[in-house]
Amino acid sequence: MPNITLTVNGTQHHLDVEPRWLLADVLREQLNLTGTHLGCEQGVCGACTILLNGRPARSCLTLAVTADGADIVTVEGLAKDGELHPVQEAFWQEHALQCGFCTPGFLMTSVHFLNENPNPTRPEIREALSGNLCRCTGYQHIVNAVERAAETMRKGANHAISQD
Amino acid sequence: MKPPAFEYVCPASIAEALEALAARDDAKVLAGGQSLIPMMNMRLARPGLLVDINRVPELAAIQDEGDTLQIGALVRHYQLETDARIKEAFPLIPAAERLIGHPAIRSRGTIGGSLSHADPAAELPVLAMLGDWEMTVASRDGGVRRIPAAEFFMSYLMTTLGPDELLTHVTVPKQRTGGSHIAEFAVRSGDFALAIAAAMVELADDGSVRSVRFALGGVSDVPWRDLDLESSLVGAMSSDALWREAGRQAAEAIDPADDIHASSSHRRQLAETLLTESLSRAAEQARERSSH
Repeated sequence: MPNITLTVNGTQHHLDVEPRWLLADVLREQLNLTGTHLGCEQGVCGACTILLNGRPARSCLTLAVTADGADIVTVEGLAKDGELHPVQEAFWQEHALQCGFCTPGFLMTSVHFLNENPNPTRPEIREALSGNLCRCTGYQHIVNAVERAAETMRKGANHAISQD
Repeated sequence: MKPPAFEYVCPASIAEALEALAARDDAKVLAGGQSLIPMMNMRLARPGLLVDINRVPELAAIQDEGDTLQIGALVRHYQLETDARIKEAFPLIPAAERLIGHPAIRSRGTIGGSLSHADPAAELPVLAMLGDWEMTVASRDGGVRRIPAAEFFMSYLMTTLGPDELLTHVTVPKQRTGGSHIAEFAVRSGDFALAIAAAMVELADDGSVRSVRFALGGVSDVPWRDLDLESSLVGAMSSDALWREAGRQAAEAIDPADDIHASSSHRRQLAETLLTESLSRAAEQARERSSH
């Protein structure tokens, strides 16, 4: 089996992986980081979205072996020292989740989006989130949460998560 | 919903990749994986060998060749969306990129993957036809050949690429003058479009059409273009009526298939509306540019 190196949430791991293993499965089953969820496993639902070298990516459409050497942030890497990331805090405050299955993907997508666009309009938020599906909460509260997080982050809360 | 087992190689050069592709007939190239991996997860594709080209630096280059830009097959959508050289050479590329999938897809997907996958409702194949892009492909035994876009796309998800061939780069002639526009209709943002229309227009000083080209996506098995219809418009005065008539004639010339996403007549109407819009906006942009 190929041996790969992944840096996940700042920790380096050396792993033997079968070429057919998806990055999502390696995160969940080899590293026990089960916050990354697998919904559709065909790139449609966005639940498995992670940050791969600072950019959002579907971990169900990426082979772990292809990610050799990558720097990865998963939902477990957002909170720091017991403090929620402003996007997590805003999802909580705005009731932007019910069952929470899709939430990790929404969080990772939103974190990258707000880093690129700190002052988005609601249509821009909706477009940015269009690759993530939620089947119970509905999108209003999620959009509200991203709007609230943007405001908090503009006020300068500590939200450095990308290592690059 | 996991890929079936396969053998895997990760070449470091084009020569190594071609060697691997030539060695067996059930090999498949892995670039961004945004179409191939879902097909493997659903077991619609079962390659015996994956040749992962993600670590071939030669394939990731963008080179200015004067009149053309050479874009390596491994250049990813987000780079096509943001690279200043690409925007300057062919502004329709970043315009189209904003319509392709979602940010997470654009992080990984590549220009070579999109063109080789040849989905007739994808944006880049439409631009390839519109802009007369040329695909350079290589194989161990056949050497290098250059294929114009008009000969590259054969049918739904089918190109002239042989199983041992690798698309190495795309040659994009620069758009020096005039205006351009791309418009599409998708049910939700990021979905595959039901129809796409892209256009490039150059106007003479008197406002007549010096050159015009347009292409449609989602309306046939390959991106659609009609050179006769284009040349019939040259010399005419640019006007809304002219572009409406061009849209109408194009809609008459196409014969979209019915499928679960849209009926043939719906696609035809969309194509007419989108093409009229693209031509008008491209002409407007051409006029603005020439008056500066």
